[in-house]
Amino acid sequence: MEQEKLVNYITILGDNSMILGQRLGELCGHGPELETDIALTNISLDLFGQVRNYFQYAAEVEGKGRTEDDFAMLRLEHEYKNSLLVEQPNTDFAFVIVRQFFYDVFQRLLMKSLINSKNDQLAAIAKKSIKEVEYHFDFSSTWMKRLGDGTGESHERVQHAVNELWRFAMDLFKETETEKWAAEMGLGPDLNELKSEYLKVVKEICDEATIELPQEEVFQYGGKEGRHSEYLGYILTDFQYMQRAYPNMKW
Amino acid sequence: MDNKSRNLEEEFQARIDAGENIEAKDWMPEKYRKTHIRQISQHAHSEVVGMLPEGNWITRAPSLRRKVALLAKVQDEAGHGLYLYSAAETLGISRDELMEQLNSGKAKYSSIFNYPSLTWADMGAIGWLVDGAAIINQVMLTKTSYGPYARAMVRICKEESFHQRQGYEIMLTLCNGTEAQKAMAQDALNRWWWPSLMMFGPRDEESPHTEQSMKWKIKRKTNDELRQQFIDQTVPQADLLGLTIPDKDLKWNDERGSYDFGPIDWEEFWNVVKGNGLCNRKRLKARNEAWDNGKWVRDAAVAYAEKQAERKVSKAG
Amino acid sequence: MKKEWPIWEIFIRSKNGLEHRHVGSLHAADAEMAIQNARDVYTRRQEGVSVWVVESKHITASNPEKSGELFEPAKDKVYRHPTFYNLPDEVKHM
Repeated sequence: MEQEKLVNYITILGDNSMILGQRLGELCGHGPELETDIALTNISLDLFGQVRNYFQYAAEVEGKGRTEDDFAMLRLEHEYKNSLLVEQPNTDFAFVIVRQFFYDVFQRLLMKSLINSKNDQLAAIAKKSIKEVEYHFDFSSTWMKRLGDGTGESHERVQHAVNELWRFAMDLFKETETEKWAAEMGLGPDLNELKSEYLKVVKEICDEATIELPQEEVFQYGGKEGRHSEYLGYILTDFQYMQRAYPNMKW
Repeated sequence: MDNKSRNLEEEFQARIDAGENIEAKDWMPEKYRKTHIRQISQHAHSEVVGMLPEGNWITRAPSLRRKVALLAKVQDEAGHGLYLYSAAETLGISRDELMEQLNSGKAKYSSIFNYPSLTWADMGAIGWLVDGAAIINQVMLTKTSYGPYARAMVRICKEESFHQRQGYEIMLTLCNGTEAQKAMAQDALNRWWWPSLMMFGPRDEESPHTEQSMKWKIKRKTNDELRQQFIDQTVPQADLLGLTIPDKDLKWNDERGSYDFGPIDWEEFWNVVKGNGLCNRKRLKARNEAWDNGKWVRDAAVAYAEKQAERKVSKAG
Repeated sequence: MKKEWPIWEIFIRSKNGLEHRHVGSLHAADAEMAIQNARDVYTRRQEGVSVWVVESKHITASNPEKSGELFEPAKDKVYRHPTFYNLPDEVKHM
C-alpha cells in the first residue's frame, strides 16, 4: 500500500519532466537560432535524465520486474500524472519560454524542498537535479525579460502566451491525495506552502519583463489526477508508437 | 595577372606545399577564399539540414535510453553546423547571408538528407552509414590547409566518434532481435546503402573541383578513393550484423585488395542534387520556417541588448 | 529591422590551474547570452569550469604582413634558452 503510494508519487514527479522534455524534443532542429536550438535540447536532455532516475527508482520500488521504459511508455492516457501546463503545445517561441518559465519556477522550489526528503533516493535525485533546474530558471527568466522588454511584437507575443498559459500554471499546485500523503510522510513538500513563493518569483520576473499576469482567471485543474487536455493523447501517440507497434522487444 | 599578385600566389602555394596552415587574416587568392566559403558553408548546411531526418524520430524513439542518445546526437549536429558557420564567417561572410543562401535554395547541402527516414532502423543506418561516410571525409579534412576549417573539423571528429557507434549499436540490437526487427534493419540498409556511396560525390573524372582542391589541400584524397575506403571498411561490418548489402556485383578482389562493386545510379544522384528528391522541398520548408519564425525572437534579443546597454550608460552618466 | 546577433570569441578554462584557451566562436545578442550559449555549445562534455566571452570586434589582431618584423627577430636570440649555455654534467639542480 505504502509502496503503491510511493510509486504514484514518483510517477507524478517523473511525468511532468517527461512530457515537457518530449515537447522540447519536438523543437530540436527547428529553433530560432542554432545556439538557442542547442540550449533547448540541453534542457530536454536534463529533463529526460531526471525521468530516467525517477522511473528506474519507481521500477525498483514496485519490484515487479518492470523497466523505466514500461513506466514511461506503457501506460494509458489517464494514468499519466503530469500537470496540464507541460502538455501545452509549442505554439511559438513565446509559448515555449513562458511554459518553461512557469514550470522552472515551480520545479526549482520543489527540488529545493525535495533535497530534504526523508526518502534518500528522492533527496539524491533532487540534489542532482537542482543544479540543472537552477540553470533552466536562469535561461527561461532571462528570455522572459528579453522577449517581454524586447520589441513591440515580442512583448505582445509573450503577453499573449502568458494570458493563454497562466490558467494551467496552478495545476502544478493542486494537491492530489498522493501528494498530501507524501507531505505527511515527510517525503515531499506541502505544495500550498510553495505557492506564495512561486507567485512572488513569477510576479518579480514578469514585472521586469514588463508583462502582466491575468488579474482574474478561471484556473484549470486535473492533470495530476489523469484528466488531461486533448493534447496529451497525441503526445503519447508519438511517444508510445514503437512500444505499442512492436511490443516486448529490446531496442 | 600582374607580377606582384603572381608572386603572392606563388608564395601562397609554396606555403601550402610546405604544409603550413592558412589563417583568416593571411593573404589568400580570391578563389581560395570563395572556394572555402562554398565548401565550408555546404558542409555547415549539411549538418543543419541533417538534423531533420533524425529529428523526425526523436519523439518516437523506442526507449528513454535511445531517446536521450538521439537527442544528444542531433544536438551535436547543430553544434557542428555552428562551428562550421563560424569558420566560414572568418572569411568575411555573415551567418545571415549563409542562412539566406541555404533557405533560398541557392546553396547546396549533402543530398543524402533529402531521403526520408521511415523507420527506427533508419536511425541506425544513418548513424552507421551516413556518419561513417561523413567521418572518412572529415578525418581527411582535419588536415586541410585552412586553419579555422581544420580546427572545426578536429572538434567535430572528436565529438562525432560516438555517432557512428550509436548507429551501429542500434543496428546490432535490431539484428539480434526479432524477425520484424531484423527485417527493419535490412530494409534500412537497402534504402541507405547507395545514397551513402553517392555522398562521396561524382566519379573522379566528373568531379570538376578535385584537382584544384587537391592542390590547395582542401582535399587529400579523391572521391573514388574515399568511396572505396568506405566500402572496404563497411562490408565486413555488414557481415557482422548478418545483413546483406544490396549490390549483387559486390565481390572481394584479391588483386586490388579491395571490393569491386556495382554501378552507381548517377542519374538518381543528379536528380536529387537538382532538388527532385522525395524530401528536398520538405527540408527547405522546415529550415525556412524555423528561420522565419525565429526572426522576431532574434530581433527581440537585439532590441533588449540595446536597451540594456543604454540603461547601463545612463546609469553610469 | 535586420540585425544579426554579433559574434563572440569563447575562452574556456578546462580546470582550475590551467589558463583559459580559445575554443571557438558563436553568436549572441549580449554578454549574458554569450555565456549561456558558450556553456551550452562548448561545455556539453565537461570541457570547462570557467568561461570568458569577448565580442570579436573588440579583439585587435597583429597584421600577418608584419609577422616577419614582429616575430622573426626573436629567432636568432638563442641565448634566451637554457640550452645555449654549456655546463658540465656534474652540475646538478640547474
